[in-house]
Amino acid sequence: MIELDHLTKKFGDFTAVDDISLNVEKGEVLGFLGPNGAGKSTTMKMLTGYLVPSAGTARVCGHDVRKSPVKAKSHIGYLPEGAPAWADMTPDTFLNFAARIRGLSGGEAARAISAAIENTSLDTVLNQPIETLSKGFKRRVGLAQALLHNPDVLVLDEPTDGLDPNQKHDVRELIREISANKAIIVSTHILEEVEAVCSRAVIIDQGRVVANESPAELEARSERHNGVSVTVRPADLERAKSAISGVTGIAGMKNEGEGQLFITVQGRKPVAAEVAETLKAHGIAPIEFLVERGRLEEVFRTLTHSDTAETASAEQNS
Amino acid sequence: MSKTLTLFRREMNAYFATPLAYVFIVIFLIMASSLTFFLGNFLERDQADLIPFFQFHPWLFILLIPAISMRLWAEEIHSGTMELLLTLPVTTAQAVLGKFLAAWIFIGVALMLTFPIWVTVNYLGEPDNGVILASYIGSFFMAGGYLAMGAFISAMTKNQVIAFVVSAAFCFLFTASGSPIVLNLFSGWVGDSATHFIAGLSFLTHFQDLMKGVIDFRDVLYFASLIVFFLYANTVAVDRARGA
Repeated sequence: MIELDHLTKKFGDFTAVDDISLNVEKGEVLGFLGPNGAGKSTTMKMLTGYLVPSAGTARVCGHDVRKSPVKAKSHIGYLPEGAPAWADMTPDTFLNFAARIRGLSGGEAARAISAAIENTSLDTVLNQPIETLSKGFKRRVGLAQALLHNPDVLVLDEPTDGLDPNQKHDVRELIREISANKAIIVSTHILEEVEAVCSRAVIIDQGRVVANESPAELEARSERHNGVSVTVRPADLERAKSAISGVTGIAGMKNEGEGQLFITVQGRKPVAAEVAETLKAHGIAPIEFLVERGRLEEVFRTLTHSDTAETASAEQNS
Repeated sequence: MSKTLTLFRREMNAYFATPLAYVFIVIFLIMASSLTFFLGNFLERDQADLIPFFQFHPWLFILLIPAISMRLWAEEIHSGTMELLLTLPVTTAQAVLGKFLAAWIFIGVALMLTFPIWVTVNYLGEPDNGVILASYIGSFFMAGGYLAMGAFISAMTKNQVIAFVVSAAFCFLFTASGSPIVLNLFSGWVGDSATHFIAGLSFLTHFQDLMKGVIDFRDVLYFASLIVFFLYANTVAVDRARGA
């Protein structure tokens, strides 16, 4: 439903988005990750028809954003970065306006608006000017606007930024609920969010895609993937060390706090069962025993190295 | 068309959702009538026409119309709502037109609210109401010209103060080029035809024709083409901001 086709954006000499191609199908929730200034927002702005690509194009439900922008835009619900909205409007007038501009009217519009209000819990602030609302409510007004016309494609630029943990949870639940018959792109800085809602994660760095796989596959790239963390009584520590070092397949061991050992493995193959058996054979009862899935954060750091200061200033100039 | 109308309504409501509309209308009415009575000597002249009223419109508009036009795009660019607006299923031209029409009609409303002066002159004497109607139409079209110019300039910056100052300067240039001071200056060292050309570019020249009660096709065409030209330039400026 979403096709990015060699999408490129240059601001002067600076290439913000460099030849990105990817597809998002119905039912997928794509997490868009990358450091600040990597080109996430720029890519989304091109997809939603705000910025004009320097080269390449994007297609939404088969409509080329360059050739038939209005058709493409009518299939998209978009929450721009920072959730801008007209400050003098109220959520009520804003959503009514959005419904009308999307061609909804009468009972259809009323139903769409009340569904959007319910999904984003806006009912308490409907008649307050948007400029007086808190950051969390503003974000939800933007989200309601994006969901209003039940679009086939949702593009959400940092939808949970500025929300409290409960609201974050609600938004993630909402995304999961509606994802079955939509193609969704969510950009975020929060890596746990990717695990929570995304079926696929794309990491971009300096305008290029550096990873495009499921969150689990990404985690498997971690140095710590299938590593075992064992905590034993301090008295047993040395014995445990010598016992574990005999297990085949382990690459190394390091102390990570009082009585805690972290065992890295060769080739990221599972060794947890062997380690557990060895400890048992030596009569050592671990206090804590944990198999690591890997850390997205670590994978993220090894994959990206944008010079954020330089790229951020380049985006500002655009 | 219905999308332009929806955008038009949103813009129009925005004027009245804030004190902007009321402040603008009150200031416009106070300034228009003070100029008429004090500087135009409306009563002392003892003539049943509204020339003392209309003759100040170009100068009044130089100050007040940029105050309306400055926010049209600069505010959207600054607050990020431009992105919201242009990712709705509308074309740039629809957005440009909706905004312009709302501002123009709003100014038209302010202009209509000057009707007490028309009532007054009809009470005091027997003016030629055809001339007055032509003057109102002329004034409205002239306002549209200033507004289109200001809207275009507003789309070039995200700073409303810059938009105001530059628009006021341009409006002044387009007005003053028809004033006797400027024309006398030029007539000294360029030929008559050149002077004529400069005067022909001025809002003042065309408005003065309309103020005499003659709705000349060329004067209307002048303002209409000016509006169309600057609205087109406005579209180009907005698309330029999108990197087209």
